[in-house]
Amino acid sequence: MSILVYAEHDNAQLKTETHKLVTAALQLGEKVHILVAGHQCGAVARQAASVEGVSEVFVADNEAYAYQLAENIGALVVSLADNYSHVVAAATTTGKNFMPRVAALLDVAQISDVIAIESADTFIRPIYAGNAIATVQSQDSIKVMTVRVSAFDAAAEGNDAPLVELDTVIENQQVTFEHAEMTKSERPELTAANIVISGGRGMQDGENFSMLESIADKLGAAVGASRAAVDAGFVPNDMQVGQTGKIVAPQLYIAVGISGAIQHLAGMKDAKVIVAINKDPEAPIFQVADYGLVADLFIALPELDSALT
Amino acid sequence: MKVLVPVKRVIDYNVKVRVKSDQTGVDLTNAKMAMNPFCEIAVEEAVRLKEQGIASEVIVVSIGPKACQEQMRNAMALGADRGIHIECNEFPESLQVAKLLAKVVEQESPGLVIIGKQAIDSDNNQTGQMLAALTDMPQGTFASKVNVAGQSVQVTREIDGGLQTLTLSLPAVVTTDLRLNEPRFAKLPDIMKAKRKPLAVMTTEELGVDITSRISTLKVTPPPVRAAGVMVENVAELLTKLRNEAKVIS
Ligand SMILES: Cc1cc2nc3c(=O)[nH]c(=O)nc-3n(C[C@H](O)[C@H](O)[C@H](O)COP(=O)(O)OP(=O)(O)OC[C@H]3O[C@@H](n4cnc5c(N)ncnc54)[C@H](O)[C@@H]3O)c2cc1C
Ligand SMILES: Nc1ncnc2c1ncn2[C@@H]1O[C@H](COP(=O)(O)O)[C@@H](O)[C@H]1O
Repeated sequence: MSILVYAEHDNAQLKTETHKLVTAALQLGEKVHILVAGHQCGAVARQAASVEGVSEVFVADNEAYAYQLAENIGALVVSLADNYSHVVAAATTTGKNFMPRVAALLDVAQISDVIAIESADTFIRPIYAGNAIATVQSQDSIKVMTVRVSAFDAAAEGNDAPLVELDTVIENQQVTFEHAEMTKSERPELTAANIVISGGRGMQDGENFSMLESIADKLGAAVGASRAAVDAGFVPNDMQVGQTGKIVAPQLYIAVGISGAIQHLAGMKDAKVIVAINKDPEAPIFQVADYGLVADLFIALPELDSALT
Repeated sequence: MKVLVPVKRVIDYNVKVRVKSDQTGVDLTNAKMAMNPFCEIAVEEAVRLKEQGIASEVIVVSIGPKACQEQMRNAMALGADRGIHIECNEFPESLQVAKLLAKVVEQESPGLVIIGKQAIDSDNNQTGQMLAALTDMPQGTFASKVNVAGQSVQVTREIDGGLQTLTLSLPAVVTTDLRLNEPRFAKLPDIMKAKRKPLAVMTTEELGVDITSRISTLKVTPPPVRAAGVMVENVAELLTKLRNEAKVIS
């Protein structure tokens, strides 16, 4: 069985999601290939070749793939899929965008958000915002799946797999990239950070998030948010943690001024240790917290900040 | 142009689901059901396009048991003009839903399909993308802004890392994210009016789509429960615990 892994990257750097996908792929079979599709992504391809367990890296380097548009990437992956028993991508906004197209064009189902692999055809995935865990079996000839990378460890680097250039160019004329506004941050990425500190509606406004940022910098943490905080415009959308935002599983998750709605819990309840700071002792977040502190965040956060120095 | 809006009947997002003891699924007996929240956002967006004079007609489609008509009437109370109910006993998998929707697209030739990004029961996040692929329409997923101008639509997408804006030629598929709009509430007279709006019923056989799935659910179990935690008195105690007991900070 050969497995095709779609590399997660930004044309400059391979993301750790890819290393985690490789770990998942190696549980499916021995022959793992990576596809790097992008523009001027040579460095990414070389890094992909260094991931342990990878036997070949395909590189599709073309302007058409610069923004990884679903129409182009979907068709590119389909053009390779026949050689594989499994096609695997991360359950990120990139993977979620193009993979269902791959599945539809191959006339197979997609298994979304796999958190564990039982065997080559049997997978475990959360449903109902993680309130139920389903074990599903696929009878399709090619298994197309997205993987929740927070559930897998990253494969190490140190390999030197061969690179194969692909000259397939697929450029759909129905879609044009206009522009992107990417959030810039010096902090670790939410999905990769060991510690995440998130704020909710209780933060009251965007400026108050600087209290979380200051603590985050002392802890080497990423900053996240609840939907209510994003909807209210306190912080950008890509900071939303939850059922329909990012799924995180850090060593430590600190929820500040967040009530703990099931949709939020869906995104963080696999953290190793959960801390909740909330002024309402009845807040549901305390039911999942390992350590709960009933306090006004405007008092607790400055205290926490100065205690950390 | 016509706008097609698929809506799914799901468990209400406020209900905490319970897994059945025989591990065959979740217990939906007497559970409050509702329109999938992302579909509500899709209906709202379509209705706004109609109010702006951009859409000529808003058609809702739902696939599943008879009870789905309740959510279709809701959508009509919010402003959809008519409904197509594809009746079947179970809710098909996303691929089969996409195939059925592709048939409806063939029949109705909508200029735009606005569809939820994710059903909150299956959490699949697949149908819109599959439909786009099957009908060869461009897609704008996870939309937080939709702007129709002439023969194209500009879509701002919520992606990891920020926002991305694409222009798609029409017809196109747009999947809705949470911040696209805030759905309105239905008013009583509109609820009454909705009862008389046309609702066509058809079968999957009539559309020639085999809805057998190649995925079987072997079992459904509750998630692992977290052990009960402790309450701390103050920040100093919290830090001591995090350092010495949990050992997650230094
Ligand atoms: C389809 C759907 C998808 C969703 N997806 C997500 C998702 O992905 N992520 C997500 O987070 N939500 C999601 N939600 C929304 C979710 O249901 C909740 O509405 C949201 O999580 C609430 O955010 P919050 O806890 O910040 O706000 P609230 O529920 O308003 O809670 C604020 C908390 O702050 C506390 N507080 C206030 N002031 C202070 C203070 N001074 N000091 C200490 N504590 C204080 C209050 O006691 C309260 O508990 C989704 C909802 C739907 C319908
Ligand atoms: N049975 C159905 N009937 C109508 N629309 C559906 C159905 N299933 C899924 N959809 C649509 O597809 C979207 C995404 O669903 P999914 O891909 O299953 O997460 C939903 O928000 C609906 O708009």
